Amino acid sequence: MADQLENPHAPEIPGFVETATLVKPRPEEGTKDHTMVLNMGPQHPSTHGVLRVVLEIDGETVVKLVPDIGYLHTGIEKTCEAKFWQQVVPLTDRIDYLCPMTNNLAFCLAGEKLLQLEIPERAQWMRVLLNELTRLNSHLVWLGTHAMDIGALTVFLYTFREREEILRIFEHLSGQRMMTSYFRIGGLALEPPLDFFDSVQALVKVLPEKIDEYENLLTGNPIFINRLKGVGYLSPADAVALGVTGPPMRASGVDWDLRRDMPYTGYEKFKFEVPTSTDGDVWARYIVRLREMRESVKICQQALDGMPEGPIKADAPHVVLPDREKMKTQMEALIYHFKIVTEGFQVPAGEVYLAVESPRGEMGYYAVSDGTAKPYRVHMRNPSFATLQALETMCVGRLIADVVAVIGSIDIVLGEIDR
Amino acid sequence: MGEALLNQKAVFEGLAQNVAIQALRAAHPDAITNAKFDRGELTLVIAADQIRAACRTLQTAGYNFLEDVTCVDWYPAEPRFQVTYHILSHKLKERVRLHAMLGSMDPSIDSITPVWPSANYYEREVWDLFGVRFHGHPSLRRIMLPEEWEGHPLRKDYPVEGYR
Repeated sequence: MADQLENPHAPEIPGFVETATLVKPRPEEGTKDHTMVLNMGPQHPSTHGVLRVVLEIDGETVVKLVPDIGYLHTGIEKTCEAKFWQQVVPLTDRIDYLCPMTNNLAFCLAGEKLLQLEIPERAQWMRVLLNELTRLNSHLVWLGTHAMDIGALTVFLYTFREREEILRIFEHLSGQRMMTSYFRIGGLALEPPLDFFDSVQALVKVLPEKIDEYENLLTGNPIFINRLKGVGYLSPADAVALGVTGPPMRASGVDWDLRRDMPYTGYEKFKFEVPTSTDGDVWARYIVRLREMRESVKICQQALDGMPEGPIKADAPHVVLPDREKMKTQMEALIYHFKIVTEGFQVPAGEVYLAVESPRGEMGYYAVSDGTAKPYRVHMRNPSFATLQALETMCVGRLIADVVAVIGSIDIVLGEIDR
Repeated sequence: MGEALLNQKAVFEGLAQNVAIQALRAAHPDAITNAKFDRGELTLVIAADQIRAACRTLQTAGYNFLEDVTCVDWYPAEPRFQVTYHILSHKLKERVRLHAMLGSMDPSIDSITPVWPSANYYEREVWDLFGVRFHGHPSLRRIMLPEEWEGHPLRKDYPVEGYR
């Protein structure tokens, strides 16, 4: 068994450490050895992408756990430095493909803060509405896949039915199902189509009973409860120390939500509750997310009811692309359009950090400008990246099967971990 | 958002009540080498050798949550690397940004993992992509790139399309 620890293909370079040997050094000749090393992923179906987890196990009990990441690293931060500010928006979609709008929003807000732009009311309300739809979209995927990991296959079909409706709305709105890129620095890309609000209203109306439907399938299910209750405990102190944010943090009893506590894009005008729990286990995370979905539906309804009329773009012709109609009739608009597309727009030198509450936690964008049309540095602080550090704390001492439940409950997206 | 305060003196006068500034000035009188308050965000430049002590002071002062550690490369200027920390206080609902400037020769700084264990991955990422070493880090290995990768891609002298 000791042989499998040595990687025959390991390149001979100084400082190279195979993750497997790091988890457990090769035992001395002749000593008794109780534990073995097990490799989960990167192709394991329950790791939600390409997460590799190396476990040291004693029988079925996890003794040590080391996540190995980087399989999806594409150097997005480096790419951003070579693009104009407005060209970065489509890149941000690809970081967390389950909540593209949240990424767009965080980056656009950072750019707007650097430029000190005033965003019209209607654009802000649209951003809130779409962000909550995105949160629902992401939580639906989480619920379906999480339940599927546990073995409840049916829920997946139900949640993806509603998710499909949300994606259809996104496609109708922006032309894309997942990589929407609908927000721009300075407002929105397009006026929403005519029947957009009707279709959102129809969806928002049925969602509460659909959530009841999922709860009927899961919340009272004894198998589901036994797999989740008491598993993967995370104390509030650990959650803060390990950088955990979002629903896992609130499920551990830390009452913190950026939408309420440091409002952005007009969230202070909405009434909603921040669900918390003090249990800190996988079950608490499940309950917190389900209640969060119900709150999101409420916010969507408020946004639909109070949607103001008015422009959707800031009054800043050097930043915001002009309307097509104006571009065809006015010389200045045509010149601005040409200049923005070919040279970009200059952003005053400075640095900002802007954090929004994504479905997974705090998503922060740290943008540095040196006064040119390209960002000097864009850094994304992604919630999953930090949350993954808490995985070992949650899993050690539990069974291998619980690792699957815990990975599902922290709802990681590998695209945003690896960037 | 308020007026921008662009030098240390103006920040110390304008934000005399700020908890972070008060705590740091009381505990380490020479730690803050520069300060800036721009677009509603407070930035303090900390002497690189005092970063761990400064973080501990901030933690006791109520800034309980480390949000992010990253780096900016100001090549070819010296000091070249600006290690950036974002620290949040849940109680005060306030954020403070710390900078520590490092020269281009063997850039290294004390790790703050003893203060916040969550710095572990962030510092590994900065090591991986910028080549800044952190003293006292429990396991400073590459995190995104393969172990055998040469160079640190987010440095400004590393071409966007990579070496061919």
